[in-house]
Amino acid sequence: MPLAVQFTQVSRTFAEVKAVDQVSIDIEDGEFFSMLGPSGSGKTTCLRLIAGFEQPSSGSIRIHGIEAAGVPPYQRDVNTVFQDYALFPHMNVRDNVAYGLKVKGVGKQQRHARADEALAMVALEGYGQRKPAQLSGGQRQRVALARALVNRPRVLLLDEPLGALDLKLREQMQGELKKLQRQLGITFIFVTHDQTEALSMSDRVAVFNHGRIEQVDSPRNLYMKPATTFVAEFVGTSNVLRGALAEQLNGSPTPFSIRPEHIRLDELSAASHEVQVSGLLHDIQYQGSATRYEVQLDNGQLLAVSQANDQWQQHPQIWQTGQRVQVRWPREAMTALKETVLVEGQ
Amino acid sequence: MNLALDKQHPHALRRLSDVLYRRPNLYLLLLLTPPLLWFGAVYLGSLLNLLWQGFYTFDDFTMAVTPDLTLANFAALFNPANLDIILRTLGMAVAVSLASAVLAFPIAYYMARYTSGKTKAFFYIAVMMPMWASYIVKTYAWTLLLAKGGVAQWFVQQLHLDGLLQLVLSVPGVGGSTLSTSHLGRFMVFVYIWLPFMILPIQASLERLPPSLLHASADLGAKPRQTFTQVILPLSVPGIAAGSIFTFSLTLGDFIVPQLIGPPGYFIGSMVYAQQGAIGNMPMAAAFTLVPIVLIAIYLALVKRLGAFDAL
Repeated sequence: MPLAVQFTQVSRTFAEVKAVDQVSIDIEDGEFFSMLGPSGSGKTTCLRLIAGFEQPSSGSIRIHGIEAAGVPPYQRDVNTVFQDYALFPHMNVRDNVAYGLKVKGVGKQQRHARADEALAMVALEGYGQRKPAQLSGGQRQRVALARALVNRPRVLLLDEPLGALDLKLREQMQGELKKLQRQLGITFIFVTHDQTEALSMSDRVAVFNHGRIEQVDSPRNLYMKPATTFVAEFVGTSNVLRGALAEQLNGSPTPFSIRPEHIRLDELSAASHEVQVSGLLHDIQYQGSATRYEVQLDNGQLLAVSQANDQWQQHPQIWQTGQRVQVRWPREAMTALKETVLVEGQ
Repeated sequence: MNLALDKQHPHALRRLSDVLYRRPNLYLLLLLTPPLLWFGAVYLGSLLNLLWQGFYTFDDFTMAVTPDLTLANFAALFNPANLDIILRTLGMAVAVSLASAVLAFPIAYYMARYTSGKTKAFFYIAVMMPMWASYIVKTYAWTLLLAKGGVAQWFVQQLHLDGLLQLVLSVPGVGGSTLSTSHLGRFMVFVYIWLPFMILPIQASLERLPPSLLHASADLGAKPRQTFTQVILPLSVPGIAAGSIFTFSLTLGDFIVPQLIGPPGYFIGSMVYAQQGAIGNMPMAAAFTLVPIVLIAIYLALVKRLGAFDAL
């Protein structure tokens, strides 16, 4: 079975800027694959390269084994859900959904039947006669999804489709998208800058930074075993310790990361076999299920510490800001990282 | 604290701006009164007054206008001679609008989609520059360009197309003895003069078209030609309609081009001019003024029924 999408050493340069720089990815058929990164990291450009709106400056892109260079978007077996939905304002919902079938010459009766079927799939039966302007953001998003899926593409590209929705709706759509993907068995390539979204939905995630890929891994590995300082800091919250401090605590100046929830807050006098360091309790934030502490180490670095509030009894607040405390963590909880260095000229 | 501040600065302007801030409706009223007065009294008032005069009686013998109300002037519009003028003007207005739309669309499309910064500014200036020159001077210039032995004829000769030109000029309803006295020449000058009024609205409508719609269309499998007919053209129809309202109504009302270029025979505009200026038959001129108003109303209704404004 050929890969759904394969990037080999792909670069895309705009004037002097390398939007995508020597990217190689293998996306399996039927996979829910996310491209995660801050804005301007090249993830959307990669999506546009797959859709055919951009052509690579160098390198090769294969879609289901076929070289994509020079193939216009309308000849690719790939459909996109756009960030702004891009619904045609002069057509009603049903005509929007049936558009892809219409331009391929599917007869009116059949395309209307399939459009209605696709609308039912996204729970929008009976909305066919409305204009896009009469729908809410969430409904437009579903129409855009139905419009792409009605063509039965082998690869569906989603360009931050949930970005414009409010939190509740976004969480609901995340679940529905995941369900839909499993049900249809097609490859979803999902672009997002929201790491929670990427972690909760994807089989695998590629983390982008300045046009390069930092790491491609399962959500679990991405969180537990980040490869670089950038991934450690971008995916979830992490404490990255470097230089002299790293040498003192880990015996090597290689940077390492430690997650806030793996750190324990302790009395100054407490002794243990774990890695330990003392500091000043700088801030306490009660967050419901957990309490977040900030400990200022002697070199000035702030260490985030998260303690689960997993006992149902109300404990008295024992920690005070300004107090000197000790923090400790198991040696195995530390992950050595490769320092992310920005390439010259970026 | 605010009160104290006000007492320190009992400035009249400041008090006025405070009052206007607290009473936004008063502010709106003050802003809108002058233009509404102008539009209502000066513009609509004089237009209605003019149309009212269409009911007055003109005495052919004494050449005097008396305020005896009659429908004779409006009935006279349906005389074969007057109907001929109306149909000739209407035909020209339709032809000019169609040709302007066809010529303007590619220019507008290029401006909206492929230019930015300095190139866009250059195109704006290039499109509008002809409007900076006097309209009468331009029309006179065209009479020279199209005259026998003029630039246009010389150009046709250089291309060895005189035979073709003669053939075109011999077609009744299109031709004439020379380009400058032909319907074709008049049509060319009209298209030249009104073209910017068609380019700019189409350009504005295409400018508002989000590029993602074109991407979406291609993404869903539409070939460029299908994207054009299914997405670009329908969404630019309001712009074409707006432009055609300009070209249509301007052609209906024009009285200079028909006088200077083309075969003899009145247009609505030149008829109004002749009735009012040369003959002094104000009631008939007023009756003729009604014709473009009615025609444009019908045109707007048609365009609306075709769905031109649905995408607004």
